[in-house]
Amino acid sequence: MVTAVDKSKVPWWVSNLIVPLVNLTLALLVSALFIFIAGENPFQAVKLIIYGSFGYLDGFAYTLYYTTNFVFTGLAFAVAFHCRLFNIGGEGQAYIGGLGVFLVAINVSFLPVPIVWLLAIAGAVVFGAAWAFIPAYLQAKRGSHVVITTIMFNFIASSLMVFLLVDVIRDMKQMGPHTVALPKEIWFPTFKEFAALFGIKIRYSPLNISFLLAIAASFFVWFLVWKTKWGYEMRAVGHNTQAAIYAGISPYKNIIIAMCISGGLAGLLGINEILGVHHKIVAGFPAGYGFTGIAVALMGRNHPIGIFPAAFLFGILYQGGSEVTFDMPNITRYMFVAVQGVIILFSGALENLFRPQIESFFVNRLNRKVSV
Amino acid sequence: MVSPILELKNINKSFGHVQANKNINLIINQGTIHGIIGENGAGKSTLMSIVYGLYQADSGSIRVSGKEVKLKSPRDSIESGIGMVHQHFMLVENFTVLENIILGFEGELVFGHKLKKAKEDLKNLCDTYKLNIDLDSVISDLSVGFRQRVEILKSLYRGAEIFILDEPTGVLTPQEVDELFKILRSLKEEGKTIVLITHKLNEIMDLTSEVSVMRQGEVVGHTKTSDTNKEKLAEMMVGRSVLLRLNKEDAKLGDVVFKVENLTVKDDLDVTRVKNVSFEIRSGEILGLAGVTGNGQTELLEALSGIRKVESGNIYLNDEKVSDKENLLDPRKLKEKGLAHVPEDRQRMGLVTDFKAYENLIFGYHDQEPYSKSSILRDSDIITYSKKVMEEYDVRPRSPQLITSNFSGGNQQKIILSRELNESPKILLVGQPTRGVDIGAIEFIHQRLIDMRDKGAAILLVSVELDEVLSLSDRILVMFDGNIVGERINKDVTDRELGLLMAGVA
Repeated sequence: MVTAVDKSKVPWWVSNLIVPLVNLTLALLVSALFIFIAGENPFQAVKLIIYGSFGYLDGFAYTLYYTTNFVFTGLAFAVAFHCRLFNIGGEGQAYIGGLGVFLVAINVSFLPVPIVWLLAIAGAVVFGAAWAFIPAYLQAKRGSHVVITTIMFNFIASSLMVFLLVDVIRDMKQMGPHTVALPKEIWFPTFKEFAALFGIKIRYSPLNISFLLAIAASFFVWFLVWKTKWGYEMRAVGHNTQAAIYAGISPYKNIIIAMCISGGLAGLLGINEILGVHHKIVAGFPAGYGFTGIAVALMGRNHPIGIFPAAFLFGILYQGGSEVTFDMPNITRYMFVAVQGVIILFSGALENLFRPQIESFFVNRLNRKVSV
Repeated sequence: MVSPILELKNINKSFGHVQANKNINLIINQGTIHGIIGENGAGKSTLMSIVYGLYQADSGSIRVSGKEVKLKSPRDSIESGIGMVHQHFMLVENFTVLENIILGFEGELVFGHKLKKAKEDLKNLCDTYKLNIDLDSVISDLSVGFRQRVEILKSLYRGAEIFILDEPTGVLTPQEVDELFKILRSLKEEGKTIVLITHKLNEIMDLTSEVSVMRQGEVVGHTKTSDTNKEKLAEMMVGRSVLLRLNKEDAKLGDVVFKVENLTVKDDLDVTRVKNVSFEIRSGEILGLAGVTGNGQTELLEALSGIRKVESGNIYLNDEKVSDKENLLDPRKLKEKGLAHVPEDRQRMGLVTDFKAYENLIFGYHDQEPYSKSSILRDSDIITYSKKVMEEYDVRPRSPQLITSNFSGGNQQKIILSRELNESPKILLVGQPTRGVDIGAIEFIHQRLIDMRDKGAAILLVSVELDEVLSLSDRILVMFDGNIVGERINKDVTDRELGLLMAGVA
C-alpha cells in the first residue's frame, strides 16, 4: 500500500510548484544523458538552448511565438479535461479553425481592419467548435468515446484540407498546396513592426499580436472554469456525472459546451498561423502543436496559471532546440522530439511517481515545525 | 479455565501521519465471543486487517495460542488459524459453493477421490454447525445471508479457530441476523473463538461475553458484557453521554402534500424494480420506508426526485401532477417547487467530492441568487453563506475552502443536509441519512429531521436501519421486491413484525 498523505495538509506550493519542478529536473537529467550518449556535451547544449531562446531579441520572439501556439492548444485541452473529456483532436480543430479564419478574412476584407480581425477570430472559434461538435454530440448522445472520435477527426480534417487545398481553394497560379495570400492590410502587426515604432531594428520573427490574444484567452478560460456557473457545471459533470444529474445539471449539454469551447480555443491557433504568420492556408500548418498542447495542459495542471509557463517551457525547447541542432551535428531535430517525450513522460504519465514521497516529506517537516 | 488465544501487544499503525491504531493491547480468550465496538473510523477494521495479514503493523507483536507469529499475508493468518468474514464477501459469483471454498487451495483437489473426501468433510461441517448449505449451488443464486455462511464455512474448512466478522449484520434482515447469531453461538459451543466487529450496541449486548471499545485508534475500554449496558458503551464510544431515545412529540398532521399513484419504475438493466406503488405523505409527518437493500427503494427515490424515468403512474406535488410516463420534471424544477432530496449514496450522488466544501454547499442551487448573478458565481457571498451554515450544522472542520473528500463521512452528510434543509423544503426525500455516520452525528441528524417535521415538512425516510425507521417515523411502509407489502402506524408495531414483512414472509 502506498502511504496515504492527508491531502488537506499539503501546502499548495508543494503540489503545484515543487512536484512539477522535481519532475522537470528529472526529465532534463534524463535528456542530458541522451545528449551525452549522442556524443555531445550536455552543458554546452543547455547553454545553446538558453542562448537560442533568450540570448538575442528575435530568438526570444520566436520563443514567444511558439508559446502562443501552445497556450491555445493547451487551454483547449484543459477546458475539455475539466469536463473529463480527453480531447486529443486539437490538431484537427486547429486545422479547420484555420480554414474558418481564411474564409472569413478573405470574404470580408473590405470591412474596417479591426472588424475583419474580430470576424476572423469568430470564424476560427466557430469552425474549430464545429469540428469538435460532432465528436461531442456522438459522445453525449451515443456514448462514442471522444478519444477515438477526435483522433479520427484529426485524420478527416487533414484529408479534407488536403482535398480543399489541392482542388478547391488552391492558389491556381502556384504549384504548392496553399491558398492565395490575404490582402496585406489585414495581416496582424508583427513584433518586428512594433519594435520599429520604438526605433529598435530586429530581424524577422513570426511573433505577432496573437500573443496578446493568448493572454486574453488564458484569462477567459480561468474566468469561465472557476467563476461562472457554466464552468461550475462542467466541472461537476466531469468529477461526478451521477451527482450532476442529481443536481439537475445536464451532462449532455455540458459535454457539448465543453467540447465546443475546447475546439474553439484550438481554432485560435489558426489566427496566429494565418493572420499572423503565413497569411494563407499552408498544408499541415498545425504541425503537431495540437498534440503538444496535451502535454502542456497536463504539465500546467489544466490551469491557465500553469499552462502559460508550461507553454513557455515548450517554446524554449522548440526554439532553443533548433539552435542546438544547428550547432551540434550529432543532435538532430528528432533528438528534441525525444526530449519533449521525456518531459511529457515525467510530467504526465509519471506525474505521481514522486508525489507521495515529496508530499509526505513536506507534511512531516511542517508538522514537526508546528509541534516544536 | 479461560486461556488467551489471541494477544495483541502495543500494536501501532499509521497511514501517512494519520495514526489508525495507537498502542493497542488486546487479549481475546478462547471459546468466547468478543465484541469490538467503535464509531466509524475508530480503527476497528484496520486492527482486524492487521490480524488477518492484510496490513502489517508498524510496531507491536501478535501471539496466537501463546506463540508469537508474523502475519505477512492472509495466508499466514489462515495457517495460524485465523479466518475472516469481510463486510463485502470475497466470493466468485458464478462459481459453486464448493468451487469457492477450495479456491486457492485446490491443488490436486479438482478431480477424483480427494474432491469427494473434501465434499464429505464439508458436509459434516455443515451438519455440525447447522449451516444448511447446498455445496453445488451457484453463489449468484444465494441470498446474502447464505453467502455469509459460505464465508464461514470457507474459514471452517481451512481450519480456522478464530473467526473475525466485520460488521456482519449490515446487509441482513432481522431473521437472517437471528440465524447468524445461532450459528455463531454453535461455533462458540464447539470451542471456536469469535471476534465481532460492529457499531451496533444491540448485537454486542445480545451475543458477546466480553467487549472492547475503540475510539480514535485506541482501545478505551474493556469489560465483561454482563457488567455494562448500552448507555455506558455508547458513552465510551463517543466520549460523552448520548441520547439513545429521541425526544419526539406526536405528529401534527396537515394536508396531503405529496402523492404517488400506481408508480412503476425500471432500473438501468430494464428490470422492473418498483411495482405499482401508491402512497401519500401529509405535511408534518415522517413516513418511513423500511426494507432490505435492493428491494426497489433506490429506484423509487430516484423516480420521486426526478432522476429516473417513470414507466407508469403519477406523482403529485400539492395536487399538481409533476411526473408521469411522458413528463419527468427535472430535479432543479422540483427544487423550485419545494422538494429537497438527500440521496442514499452521498459520495456517488450527493456530493462532488473533488469540489471544495463551499462549492458543494450550493450544489444544485448554484444558479440561484445570491450564489450567482447573470451566470457569474459570487464567491464572497457563497463563502459568507457557507461559513454560516457550517456553523449552524456544526460541520468540522469549518473551512469552506477545504476539498470535500477531506471531511469525514458524518461531516459530508452534514454538508448535504445543510444544503437541502436550508431552503426549508415542503417535501423532503431522505435516503439512508445516517449510513456510515458516527453516533454523535446520528443524534444531530435525527433531531434535525424531527425539527423539520415539526415545522410542517412532509418527509419520506428511506432506510435499511430498522432502528432508525422505528425511532423517527410516524407511519411505516415496508417494501419488498418492488411492492409495498405493509403499512403500519409506528406506535403499534414491533421490529419483529416489520422484520417478517421485510423478508417477504408475512
